[in-house]
Amino acid sequence: MGPILPKYRAHVRLWDTINYLGWLFAKTSEYEVSALVPFFLYPVFLIFAGDLPAGYLVRKVLVVAPFAVLVGVFNPLLDRQILFQLGSFGVSGGWVSFFSILTRFALTVSAALALLSITGINSICEALARFGVPRPFVVQLLFLNRYIFALTGEAERMSRARSLRSFGRKAMNFRIFTQIVGHLLLRTMDRAERVYRAMLCRGFDGHIRVVRFSELGGKEIVFTLGWAALFAIFRFVNISLLLGKTVTELIK
Amino acid sequence: MSHHIVEADKLHYSYPDGTAALAGVSFRVAHGESVALVGENGAGKSTLLQHFTGCLFPSKGVLKVGGLTVDKKNLAAVCRAVGMVFQNPDDQLFMPTVFEDVSFGLLNLGVKEAELEGKVMEALKTVGAAHLRSRPPYRLSQGEKRAAAIAGVLAMSPDILVMDEPTSSLDPMSRRRLIDLLKTFKHTKIIATHDLDFAMELCERTIVIHKGAITADGPTREIFMDAELLKRSSLEIPPSRRGL
Repeated sequence: MGPILPKYRAHVRLWDTINYLGWLFAKTSEYEVSALVPFFLYPVFLIFAGDLPAGYLVRKVLVVAPFAVLVGVFNPLLDRQILFQLGSFGVSGGWVSFFSILTRFALTVSAALALLSITGINSICEALARFGVPRPFVVQLLFLNRYIFALTGEAERMSRARSLRSFGRKAMNFRIFTQIVGHLLLRTMDRAERVYRAMLCRGFDGHIRVVRFSELGGKEIVFTLGWAALFAIFRFVNISLLLGKTVTELIK
Repeated sequence: MSHHIVEADKLHYSYPDGTAALAGVSFRVAHGESVALVGENGAGKSTLLQHFTGCLFPSKGVLKVGGLTVDKKNLAAVCRAVGMVFQNPDDQLFMPTVFEDVSFGLLNLGVKEAELEGKVMEALKTVGAAHLRSRPPYRLSQGEKRAAAIAGVLAMSPDILVMDEPTSSLDPMSRRRLIDLLKTFKHTKIIATHDLDFAMELCERTIVIHKGAITADGPTREIFMDAELLKRSSLEIPPSRRGL
């Protein structure tokens, strides 16, 4: 499909994603799972239209999945009312709401990661500023992102250097761990400082200025309205259920 | 044109931990000159380069770029005149695409969006990187990253180009392309390097720094034939001069 999305301006993509999350979390029932399935269309579209590595994004979603598990893991214990039978197994409301949380989480994180990968944090920050988010917050977000990337880069290099000289031993004692963390922070601060200096050398004065490709065009308006309409349909019509019923009728 | 001239007068700099990095450095670089800064690791080359763009300010002494003293007051004008290419291009490329990265400095200079595309593409074409415009910088090879970093600086039309170890981590072909490219530039160039053959090909003048002080300043070919001076400065005669 090729990278279609970068042609659309950052705030269009950001607005569509906010709109998407709004509809995704619009309160209906905590027991809905099938109604959420069509919402996968948006992150899948972003991945294909943005020419993103799907496997990489899936791995990233899995990395942060334990947080969602932690949020919903007690639901099956607290809500034991059987909602439906799956063969001989009675599925309780707790399990359904747990899967609903996991699904919403996967949809949210994958859409956010895809947006971030396609748009870049600078453009997202610029779009946030255009939406009226206070500038100090936007600048802090920008630098936080820069620092996180510098930190993970340094951590990867240190981890590689350690593993090359640890001959398969994965465990490390506390003293070495604290030394590594200390060095990691110092090296990251050093790197962040160099990046900041490079920014200053090119005239950075605390204001984010990024390329705006064009004024809001007809295609962008159609793109945004199209997605907004789809999200509304996904919310008000249980497409999965409808498809299921139609297919069952056809089979009969 | 005075704004192409760099003058250092008895520059001293000590890091916060007390390490003296520069100890009374004085020199003058005239318009259009290409000057190599050579010296062993820790000699003070990178520290000196960081003074040109106001990343560091001297503890003592004065540095002037185009008649302007490099201090906080004149920082914006100095940054406009001096384009700095960092040793590690990963420190310099931070935007999502090459196009946006090259645009970064131009937007900060206040270039109108209508002119932006033309200026960015001109800079990218100059370094032979026009085809990289939509690529994310982290996916480029070292040579491509270096080219994109140089384009980002060139786009701002600086009068003076300052480069820190430009050939480090470049393969032979990328190094050759960089030399050929830099030869076409009419800018005043100050280049810190360990690659003495690169310095000899590109710079008619060389400044040797040793322990924060200048130990020699003169024509590159003469300096690189002075085995005794090079040895004192922890350097050696470049391979091409030794017939290697």
